[in-house]
Amino acid sequence: MDVKRKVEESAPPIVRYKGISKAYGDHQVLDHIDLDIRPGEKIALIGPSGSGKTTLARLLMTLEKPTSGTIEVNGEQLWHMERKGKLVEADEKHLHRVRGQIGMVFQHFNLFPHMNIIRNVMEALVHVQKLPKAEAEARSLEMLERVGLKDRTHHYPSQLSGGQKQRVAIARALVMQPRIMLFDEVTSALDPELVGEVLDVIKNVASEGEMAMMLITHEMDFARDIADRVLFTDGGRIVEQGPPEQILEHPRSERLKLFLARFRRHFGDSADVMTAVGLE
Amino acid sequence: MQFVTPLLEGLKVNLEILVVSTLLAFLMAFLAGFGRLAKYRVVRGITLVYVEVFRGTSLLVQLFWMYFALPAMHVNVSAMAAAIIALGLNYGAYGSEVVRSCLLAVPKGQTEASIALNMTYPLRMRRIILPQAWRMMLPGFGNLQIELLKGTSLVYLITLADITYKGMILRSANISQQSLIFAWMLVIYFVVAYALVLLIRYFERRAAVGRG
Ligand SMILES: Nc1ncnc2c1ncn2[C@@H]1O[C@H](COP(=O)(O)OP(=O)(O)OP(=O)(O)O)[C@@H](O)[C@H]1O
Ligand SMILES: [Mg+2]
Repeated sequence: MDVKRKVEESAPPIVRYKGISKAYGDHQVLDHIDLDIRPGEKIALIGPSGSGKTTLARLLMTLEKPTSGTIEVNGEQLWHMERKGKLVEADEKHLHRVRGQIGMVFQHFNLFPHMNIIRNVMEALVHVQKLPKAEAEARSLEMLERVGLKDRTHHYPSQLSGGQKQRVAIARALVMQPRIMLFDEVTSALDPELVGEVLDVIKNVASEGEMAMMLITHEMDFARDIADRVLFTDGGRIVEQGPPEQILEHPRSERLKLFLARFRRHFGDSADVMTAVGLE
Repeated sequence: MQFVTPLLEGLKVNLEILVVSTLLAFLMAFLAGFGRLAKYRVVRGITLVYVEVFRGTSLLVQLFWMYFALPAMHVNVSAMAAAIIALGLNYGAYGSEVVRSCLLAVPKGQTEASIALNMTYPLRMRRIILPQAWRMMLPGFGNLQIELLKGTSLVYLITLADITYKGMILRSANISQQSLIFAWMLVIYFVVAYALVLLIRYFERRAAVGRG
């Protein structure tokens, strides 16, 4: 299945990182990152552990505050706002307004254990977007159907498999209709035989959506299938980026070559088999 | 059986104190529990002082303070009010530790998922964090509730005619039957405590719905 769509080359970016740095104490995790993501663009982030991939996503989701630099979402400052002609730190109200365009799916699902599945998906529609309950429920059911879980709506998260939980989490994020969605290693916590069903759902979403996506993943085949662009991060910088074929087949930098070689040695065969099984 | 009626009369005082001071203790537990986690250092500092003072001194001394020391400072409180305030503040201090630790025990991922769904702080507290923390608080609150009940037996020391006071009066008039009198007091305390245990179990069962 060809999931890639034409991305408007000329459209203004939906997300723009500008000189973004993040440090924890002396530890520089991100080092002057510049990155534009165009509307509808699917980018994959690969890179060694600790290279700052998760941090990059968390800064956009407002779970972590940048040390310096700015992020724009749809042309609007995220962490800053204008006051008396000056750019000042954003307050909670401003964050709330801009954050609505961003969604995120986590490695460990983070479903709400005290709510059943349909409630998990409806919750923010009703209480954040203030939709009437009936409409929120209808939209949630539709979304659960899309991820293949329509028959599980009244189960609780503890009664689902890992793959099912992650599909609920995807539905919960999707139903909010974000302009950009962040997926942080969403299959890493799953048993190998459950990876495929989750990747299928994401592929499916990617194929029809105007929604931009940032995929942090160790599934190289998946990245190749879905991404318009692959970015390789190392030491808090984007070291190399380009179309998947170029990055994965013809790496230029030594670090990327080393990363891919190591990666293949570690996960190589089994990873390929897993994705093949999952995606057939 | 002739002892039971006066003892039950005294029990009414204990129950009245129990109910009202429990309400006060809940209020204080949540105020101070959230206060300990507040953004502002001043708030955290003030709550810490309250919690440590009331946990670090005995309930009996606090009762005496409310009843004997405050009037000396021209603050007049009835014995009943003194008992309720002392018990409420004392167990509120302990309860705040339960509230604080259970709020912290809700996994961080729950807060992060709520933020990712653009929930405001009050919304995610009310709908996501508190319901999960509440379930963890119940056993701790249950223990404190029983402790509070037992604590009410001290109020006769500030002149209130509670069950212990009635027992002492009965005992001095019927010294040969003191074992029986104390036995009745035990039974009555136990029955009330057990009723509380059942009530708490009911809440725990209700809070556990849907989770394995
Ligand atoms: N809250 C924090 N406090 C201190 N250091 C942190 C914190 N969060 C992340 N780090 C550090 O920042 C660096 C980058 O972390 P990050 O999670 O972004 O890496 P990553 O590329 O996602 O790695 P992985 O592939 O292991 O998920 C790591 O060295 C990590 O230890
Ligand atoms: Mg990570």
